Amino acid sequence: MGAALPVVKALLEFLPQRAVLHQEEDTRPYECDGLTAYRQLPMVVALPETEEQVQRVLQACSSMNVPVVPRGAGTGLSGGALPPGDGVLLSMAKFMRVLRIDPLARLAVVQPGVRNAVVSELAAPFGLYYAPDPSSQIACTIGGNVAENSGGVHCLKYGLTLHNVLGLRGFTIDGEPIELGGAAPDAPGYDLLALAVGSEGMLAVVTEVTLKLLPKPQTARVIMASFDDVEKAGAAVADVIAAGIVPAGLEMMDRPATRAVEQFVAAGYDLEAAAILLCESDGAPEEVEDEIARMKTVLGRAGATRMTVSRDEAERLRFWSGRKSAFPAVGRISPDYYCMDGTIPRKRLGEVLGFIAAMEQKYGLRCPNVFHAGDGNLHPLILFDANNPDELHRTELFAAEVLEKCVEVGGTITGEHGVGVEKINQMCVQFRPPELELFHAVKRAFDPRGLLNPGKAVPTLARCAEYGRMRVHGGRLPHAELPRF
Amino acid sequence: MIEAFAERIREAAARGSGLRLRGGGSKDFYGNVLRGEILDTRGHAGIVAYEPTELVVTARCGTALGDLEAQLSANNQMLAFEPPHFGAEATVGGCVAAGLSGPRRAAAGALRDFVLGLKLVDGRGELLSFGGQVMKNVAGYDVSRLVAGSLGTLGLIAEVSLKLAPRPQAEATLRLEMPQARALEAMNRWAGQPLPISATAWHDGELTVRLSGSAAGVRAAAAKVGGAAVDAAFWTGIREQSDAFFSGPEPLWRISVPSTSTPLDLAGDPLIEWGGGLRWLKSGENPQSIRDAAKRCTGHATLFRAADKSAGCFAPLEPVLARLHRELKSAFDPAGIFNPGRLYPEL
Repeated sequence: MGAALPVVKALLEFLPQRAVLHQEEDTRPYECDGLTAYRQLPMVVALPETEEQVQRVLQACSSMNVPVVPRGAGTGLSGGALPPGDGVLLSMAKFMRVLRIDPLARLAVVQPGVRNAVVSELAAPFGLYYAPDPSSQIACTIGGNVAENSGGVHCLKYGLTLHNVLGLRGFTIDGEPIELGGAAPDAPGYDLLALAVGSEGMLAVVTEVTLKLLPKPQTARVIMASFDDVEKAGAAVADVIAAGIVPAGLEMMDRPATRAVEQFVAAGYDLEAAAILLCESDGAPEEVEDEIARMKTVLGRAGATRMTVSRDEAERLRFWSGRKSAFPAVGRISPDYYCMDGTIPRKRLGEVLGFIAAMEQKYGLRCPNVFHAGDGNLHPLILFDANNPDELHRTELFAAEVLEKCVEVGGTITGEHGVGVEKINQMCVQFRPPELELFHAVKRAFDPRGLLNPGKAVPTLARCAEYGRMRVHGGRLPHAELPRF
Repeated sequence: MIEAFAERIREAAARGSGLRLRGGGSKDFYGNVLRGEILDTRGHAGIVAYEPTELVVTARCGTALGDLEAQLSANNQMLAFEPPHFGAEATVGGCVAAGLSGPRRAAAGALRDFVLGLKLVDGRGELLSFGGQVMKNVAGYDVSRLVAGSLGTLGLIAEVSLKLAPRPQAEATLRLEMPQARALEAMNRWAGQPLPISATAWHDGELTVRLSGSAAGVRAAAAKVGGAAVDAAFWTGIREQSDAFFSGPEPLWRISVPSTSTPLDLAGDPLIEWGGGLRWLKSGENPQSIRDAAKRCTGHATLFRAADKSAGCFAPLEPVLARLHRELKSAFDPAGIFNPGRLYPEL
């Protein structure tokens, strides 16, 4: 409390009492985000309601050299919003207003605390929607989506958050106002908008977001295709793309995943299949008709053993319900699970799945796989029991090996969940020191004293040297200074 | 080859003398001053990896853009942002450095949307790699997209990976008679409907619309849009600025505005693209008046082609953004050797 006092006092000069939390019972709910294994009580939580208050929080913290960590809904899976024990957690939860929907210009101007799903709900009367649909879309906020460059199941055709954000307003750590991008295309100078999206709250605090809205496709249908072999399913994905088709969604689940899901939601999945693909077409009815026929031909040739096309919207949603509830379903069959987020070139899928199977043997842990097959984004789910320290330790090693395999085959350690604190060691595998140095230089351009979300996303070179040494010593990681799960 | 580039860069940095990074020189007309000794990138050419089933191509900077597009076309794929070449000598590196997108921009996205990763030689002569060859990648800051469109001021783009799109099965180009204000309204209204519009251009009372998609989809949309079919070669003329509109001695402005902005109250001849978001203007009007008019509707104006560039090609930056630009420039290029002054005098 001693260190908190001057900060609390400074914030209370312009924030009401209820917007400054520092008692443990008030700050406890903020101790972690969706990655619950990492916990840290924030020294102070600030809940501003206006842009001016955000600016003053930043000015106050910056002048006192106090770290600031911005937070949306706290659904992130990489610990990006893990609070600073010696600083201010800046909650944007009160920025919940949709400021403007312009149907003719097809854009929405929203505050960062607006939930993802709300944007599409409000745009629906105009026949429009906001395309990125991360699985947490009923809870996660647009501000968090911008920080993480969130994806979803429709990225191959409609892009990530980056492709659907037109502009940002916000402040630097020193409280200087900045506007990046906007409704006019191709802002002059460097593309700072692209740099800011996905920067994990390290460069600026966003207070307003302009989103692109798209016309809602008139109709959508999905094919559920069964395969008796995981590799064949992977090859079928490549065949669909090679046929010049860009599906609206293309997802894969292996049998352990479909079995877990089927007990949970009864989506109607073929439980005999080694893997199933969900392959969706959307657009005008005549286009969808044509595309579904082409997809069926390709999948059939690729060895699909069974194909079911959704007959109506209810059935389509039922097929998707299984995929969208894969994480909670897996949560029911295991005390804990750990979700990975690597991306690989699609052609290496068979090899990587084989590698994961070998790791299951090596570490004695089960690992169902769900996969955004269309864009190569894997979500293997390692099942473990956190109360068993050895299982936890084996999970950690398992995950590290899989992420490093993703890098080895030309992929990345994170497709859409971000680095945060979780994958910071694997950054040392993906990038070399000069690249990491440049990241730090980019950070310094915005935040010379490193006060905004310190210690996340980009490891120090010293940390990488340490991690490299640990890897050399028999591939066994000692317990780091933080709990890992 | 990269080592030779890096060596020259280190030498130039040691001497503090500028380097003018240049592919085919097809875009020498674009931007402010051309300063420094030419570093020709064309020796580093060729497609490094192209697998149509991955929807990704990786090419070295000196690869001719025309050669790359021909390869893609042979596999029924394309660069969806439809980049202008401005000459047969255009290279892939120059294309990404200039960051310019063509007629499909409003429908498909900008060049930067398709950049998945790149290799860059920075101002210390260090070869750096950012992003990759996969669709989704959020590890580290998105430096690849920052470099796209930076006019070679942050480093030498050695290699780039781009996301591809399949070529549409069918296309149709239609022309309708329409005054400017009505054309703007129509373009915006159509864009809010599920129509496969892939390009629009309005000039002198004529609105031209391109539809791309499945044969059935294009047929159905053509019935809704109306108008008479015209030759698709029109779009090449717009993209490459070989169309008659772009000739003549007057300065050519590229004015970027929200698509629903009303017709700009400026003297000169306008041509509108991107559903209303891009307004070309041939005009001898005072640059400040043009910049002010663009700013009033939250846009910005670029002096795209002109003999006299004393007004500066690019809209001035707000002071905080200008400072961030300077800081980023010095992070990538501490000695300030890459294309000095081409984007802004202080970069």
